[in-house]
Amino acid sequence: MASLRDLKDRISSTRNTKQITKAMEMVSASKLNKAEENAKAFVPYMNKIQEVVASIASGNIDVDHPMLNSRPVKKTGYIVITSDRGLAGPYNTNVLRKVYQDIQTRHQSKDDFVIIPIGKVGRDFCKKRELPLGKEIVGIPDQPNFAEIKEIASYAVDLFADEEIDELNLYYNHFISAMTQEVTATKVLPLTDIETGSGSVTTYEYEPDQEEILESILPQYAESLVYGALLDGKASEHASRMTAMRSATDNAEDIIDDLTLSYNRARQAAITQEISEIVGGAAAQN
Amino acid sequence: MKTLTVSVVTPDGPVLEDAYEMVSVRAEGGELGILPGHIPLVAPLTISAVRLKKDGKTYFVAVSGGFIEVRPDKITILAQAAEQPSEIDIDRAEEAKKRAEERLEQTKSEDLDYKRAKVALDRAMNRLDVSNK
Repeated sequence: MASLRDLKDRISSTRNTKQITKAMEMVSASKLNKAEENAKAFVPYMNKIQEVVASIASGNIDVDHPMLNSRPVKKTGYIVITSDRGLAGPYNTNVLRKVYQDIQTRHQSKDDFVIIPIGKVGRDFCKKRELPLGKEIVGIPDQPNFAEIKEIASYAVDLFADEEIDELNLYYNHFISAMTQEVTATKVLPLTDIETGSGSVTTYEYEPDQEEILESILPQYAESLVYGALLDGKASEHASRMTAMRSATDNAEDIIDDLTLSYNRARQAAITQEISEIVGGAAAQN
Repeated sequence: MKTLTVSVVTPDGPVLEDAYEMVSVRAEGGELGILPGHIPLVAPLTISAVRLKKDGKTYFVAVSGGFIEVRPDKITILAQAAEQPSEIDIDRAEEAKKRAEERLEQTKSEDLDYKRAKVALDRAMNRLDVSNK
């Protein structure tokens, strides 16, 4: 049995850990709140741009734009959204496992695809397995704004426009609730299936003409898809970290309870032993 | 007087939503003035100031590109960035202007960097313009 002092040390160190995980849980909870607000603020923009793109794309069949057409896929791009820091439960593992499996089944050669990792964990994962990397993006702030993300999004969209890649996929954790996040894989480019959304489609006049508008609106649309996924991923990250830290706190509590019990038991045993020694000693004297 | 609802939306959230009597924007094809009852229209915007008229006063919003969607009773301006004069960070815009000007001097006109710097300069100038109004 461990000595009293050992038990005491372990209790106090577990208590310290618990304090840290508790603090991290609360930090993540407030970041999650903020991330949800950001995601909500983005919804009107996304809805509107989708509506306009859908009405142009569906209104006229003879509009043509490279981003709308699928071409033979020689090289595929993957944007993988992970976090910069660990301690987020299964957040990173889930998304990386999915990407890795998909790549293994789809591609024979490393020349057929390129990964654009967002977040340190994703980058290190790819480097370790020597997967081909495009631009790597780390150090995204917890509350990203569009200006900061635009560069990343345009980089990926430009790769497609320059025919560097023929398909762009996006892997991220979709935020369902604070308890549940789901790994989602979507195809961003080419824009083959644009959701028409709800409500009626309006027929517009175009100034100067549809081609010009598609030229400027489609890259913006693709960029906002990436930005939306990033906001979604950030919310999931904080939710996942919050849940992980909460269960760590709970576990620490359980351990402290167990240890306290053994500590009391050991203390009692020591007292009992001392008494019986005294009693034994006294009896021997008589 | 008849009015139309104008909302300016960016990825970071709505910037403004109110009723106005007239809206003037600078589209890529030229100036557009829109009154209530306009036919549905979509047009890309240049980096410019949107002018909103109400009760004889003119209000300005700086937009960095994006486009305008017009319906008979509602106008939506979608831009990647948009600010009202009071929201503009003048110091930041001044700095961006200086940086862009320096870069323009260093790079050649066919470079991609040159184009980027030009756009950055346009954005900064536009913000400063609007903040002075």
